Amino acid sequence: MSSPDLNVRHVARLARLALTDEEVATFEGQLGRVLEHIEHLKKLDVTNVEPTAHTSAVFNVVREDVPGISLPRSAALEIAPRTANNLVIVPKVVE
Amino acid sequence: MDLAKLTISEIQEGFRSKKFGPVDLLRTLELRIESAEPKIQAFLSRDFQEALKLAEHADVSLPLGGIPIGIKDVINVKGQSCTCASKILQGYVAPYDATVITKLRAAGAIPYGRLNMDEFAMGSSTENSAYQATKNPWDTSRIPGGSSGGSAAAVAACELPATLGSDTGGSIRQPAALCGCVGLKPSYGRVSRYGLVAFASSLDQIGPFARSTRDCALLLNVIAGRDPMDSTSLDVPVEDFTAQLGRDLKGVKLGIPKEYFVDGMNPQVRATVEAAIKQCADAGAELIDISLPHTEYAVSVYYIIATAEASANLARFDGVRYGKRADAPKDLLDLYLRTREEGFGSEVKRRIILGTYVLSSGYYDAYYLRAQKVRTLIRRDFEAAFEKVDAIVCPTSPDVAFPIGERTNDPLKMYLADIFTIAANLAGICGLSVPCGFVEEGGSKLPVGLQFLGKAFDEARLLGIADAYERLSGWTRQVAPV
Repeated sequence: MSSPDLNVRHVARLARLALTDEEVATFEGQLGRVLEHIEHLKKLDVTNVEPTAHTSAVFNVVREDVPGISLPRSAALEIAPRTANNLVIVPKVVE
Repeated sequence: MDLAKLTISEIQEGFRSKKFGPVDLLRTLELRIESAEPKIQAFLSRDFQEALKLAEHADVSLPLGGIPIGIKDVINVKGQSCTCASKILQGYVAPYDATVITKLRAAGAIPYGRLNMDEFAMGSSTENSAYQATKNPWDTSRIPGGSSGGSAAAVAACELPATLGSDTGGSIRQPAALCGCVGLKPSYGRVSRYGLVAFASSLDQIGPFARSTRDCALLLNVIAGRDPMDSTSLDVPVEDFTAQLGRDLKGVKLGIPKEYFVDGMNPQVRATVEAAIKQCADAGAELIDISLPHTEYAVSVYYIIATAEASANLARFDGVRYGKRADAPKDLLDLYLRTREEGFGSEVKRRIILGTYVLSSGYYDAYYLRAQKVRTLIRRDFEAAFEKVDAIVCPTSPDVAFPIGERTNDPLKMYLADIFTIAANLAGICGLSVPCGFVEEGGSKLPVGLQFLGKAFDEARLLGIADAYERLSGWTRQVAPV
């Protein structure tokens, strides 16, 4: 059984995730059942209830605007899959 | 005396009286690890020589001087691999220390070993590791729980006195229960998440596993506190978390939530937990029936919010700046698609898809926004309960450790295994699992966990109550047969 609304292939594309046909079929069935289970949330009345994004009673935390020590460029580049001239290399984006 | 079986407090007594030192301890533990690992497979890697160097120069006068602490493979330790048990981070070496590691080092502890887990902490059995399945030390045909299964199994198998894990929906408390050790999830904002690879940022917390409640308190003393590198860590005074240990249960008000004793849970687990609660009452605790009416919605809310946050957090694993990259990509989109296809395992893909779906245009209000509103109702349930009680007591898990492979093809059944632990993360409160007895199943003696939940930032009291129960019951002294 699958949810009529869940198009796994489309959503996977949005998430930049390639899937095999087999995975698409499996996930459609499994996530369809999960979405069915989740349906019961719709019977709750949530009118006038504020959403909770997180439970910390802090908002808009900013640090003092003073420079500090950060990760050296060499350390960041060392762990990149491909680098040259102190840059991370990716396939050509603009012709 | 077997050094591998000692608690941190006992080890410190040994150090003080010069019966043995940090090097003796580390060598004993390494021998234990070598003999247990072929059966348990809790470690993904470890560097004994590096740890030995630290042990040789350990300052035992420090709060955790010379104590080796195992680290879940989701927390960055400079110079060590940090794969999150995922292929996508194969070969990644952490360029910095997480704040908890900086704090452990300052307290003299030795971060030792990378412990197995469900890939990106997504799972309840540690079977979702891309590398190996960790076994339960009480019965090696069974799972250790998850996602911090390696952290729990290493303590239960006496490979290490204590470890760190992370808990997003029960990933510390549930494996602690299933492996028979003590596991603490601190309140959201109590411990810095800087250097913890993010799964669901509004739910994740780092916490300790140990052989006693006291040891968990000692670790929390070191790792807690506001950190400028994590803007969600709160500026709340870090009290001495051992201050309320050693007390008894007289007059302590314990809330019993009726929604946590449900049909479908293992009847033997239920009986064991009820006997433990009766023991608390016999020792003077006042039992108060309470209701957390939105409990039945917690799993659904969790699997919307956690997957939504995960789908955003895991977007960073794209093969560009670190980790694995697919070979010979034909363009940038192909690089993203194939790197993520090859790098992520099934459960991670499943959750990224669910999370992307619930956030997608047209579904956001129906799923994500509604889930956030129900999260508010769940928080309010706890706020009302904590006006009447000092702590809530209930089972940690509805079942004992299940056989390896039993639930791998049924994600929904696996998700429902977290039914008793998830609400604490949604509400941001603290919780702890402590051993409360055993159940015989399939010829094995399997541990059961008792969960205590406390209001946010009330860890000192929570630890005090759990410690009183632990000393009353003595279950933490049981050692796994492996």
